[in-house]
Amino acid sequence: MSTPPPSLLVEDLAFAYPDGHQALYGVDLRLEPGERVAMLGPNGAGKTTLVLHLNGILRAGRGRVEVAGLPVAGRDLREVRRRVGIVFQDPDDQLFMPTVGEDVAFGPRNLGLPEPEVGRRVADALAAVDMADAADRPPHHLSFGQRRRVAVATVLSMQPEVLVLDEPSSNLDPAGRRELAEVLQSLSVTLLMVTHDLPYALQLCPRSVVLDGGVVVADGPTRELLADQALLAAHRLELPFGFDPRAVR
Amino acid sequence: MGAGHDSGGLAARYVPGTGPVHRLEPHLKLVAVLGFALVVVATPVHAGWAPAAYLGFLVLLLVVARIAGVGPGRLGRGLTVEIPFVLFAVLLVFVSRGPRTEVLGLSVSQSGLAVGGGLLAKATLSVLAATLLAATTEPRALLRGLERLRLPQVLVQILMFMIRYADVVGGELRRMRVARESRGFRARHLGALRVLGPAAGSLFIRSYERGERVHLAMLSRGYTGRLPTGPVAPVGARSWTTALSLPLAAGAVLLTGSLVG
Repeated sequence: MSTPPPSLLVEDLAFAYPDGHQALYGVDLRLEPGERVAMLGPNGAGKTTLVLHLNGILRAGRGRVEVAGLPVAGRDLREVRRRVGIVFQDPDDQLFMPTVGEDVAFGPRNLGLPEPEVGRRVADALAAVDMADAADRPPHHLSFGQRRRVAVATVLSMQPEVLVLDEPSSNLDPAGRRELAEVLQSLSVTLLMVTHDLPYALQLCPRSVVLDGGVVVADGPTRELLADQALLAAHRLELPFGFDPRAVR
Repeated sequence: MGAGHDSGGLAARYVPGTGPVHRLEPHLKLVAVLGFALVVVATPVHAGWAPAAYLGFLVLLLVVARIAGVGPGRLGRGLTVEIPFVLFAVLLVFVSRGPRTEVLGLSVSQSGLAVGGGLLAKATLSVLAATLLAATTEPRALLRGLERLRLPQVLVQILMFMIRYADVVGGELRRMRVARESRGFRARHLGALRVLGPAAGSLFIRSYERGERVHLAMLSRGYTGRLPTGPVAPVGARSWTTALSLPLAAGAVLLTGSLVG
């Protein structure tokens, strides 16, 4: 018995907000180590709600979530939050410390790592997102694309098992978009990318799942899903004008 | 988004430099400024030698400013925060009771003149010292200084978020104003409050929601109520001596005044 547990396992996850609004109705999702998966779905499909379950910010009403075999529950929450790195949509929400370096060090220091190790992690994480020389700069002096990449570094420094990105391509200009894609492609972690940027999903993730109405309605190779006109239309997903997923190599 | 361009905001008060005042550890500078302000405030207003002491304090500050390379223009601009005090001090001169005297043909209160003048002098000196501190210390260094002086974590964190998000919220405010004015709005009379009120409200809601999102992001990276900071270097006796020379010199001025005067 040598197969490692899945990086991420979500089983029959249901959740209702305190005001009674039911956001998830029984989600199943399994990510093997090293897999890159895009989670597609229209606004209000429950994507963000699902993401907040992955590190225990929200607690499941029913069902369970496991990260590399560890259940997301009270006692192990600290370790779960190390294993699941969430990059939120607005980098200004993610980067709250006075300098980039201190922000990237925030997670490792919370883990109680010794200072030399923290320094190493910060340097490695910033190098991984091609921002090695930005450590002493305040976040508001960076461009939006740079801030997004630094936001990725802030969770990379915790050496997560799964990297979760919420709308990573939103508000980026084409160059920033390409630079981020190059960074993400160079990482070897398991990746879950929440987006409605379908070409980006195709570029980065061989597999996609479609979430709508609080359930997973499709799960398969990204290229096949995007070629399924009826599926896309039924879930308010649209390819950009003139984009043909079959024509992309 | 308002990225890239240099912010106005809080960092604008900082004058980059590498002089001895800049290099001094921030918490020492804080202690020095606080000590100086205490000495200034302790100077008795009604004493005859008080004006001379104020002059002495001013000379001390100008010497420090000279060493730090902070120009008189920068110091002068720092004084704008003092304007409300000036108005109050001027008011005192007219409304205080007691024996009155003539200045430029106006009847003013003698004690009001002393108290108002003293208030003005003390406020000006303290503000100048604070301006020097802000001009020679980066905001985040000040925060670390406050932290080393054992200011409660919650206060340090609130200040840190204020510094970090002043530009973000300022940017939102600016975009909202541009959007208003692009549709022909001008704040000409009191009726404009009907528009500005809700705008302030929505800015508050936006900031509140941002606060919630930031908190989520912090929790996701293992926040437990403490902001972890890096290692701090120990401070030598030399640095203490340098820092304390300002309040000690001010104390000497005060002592001389009370002995001689």
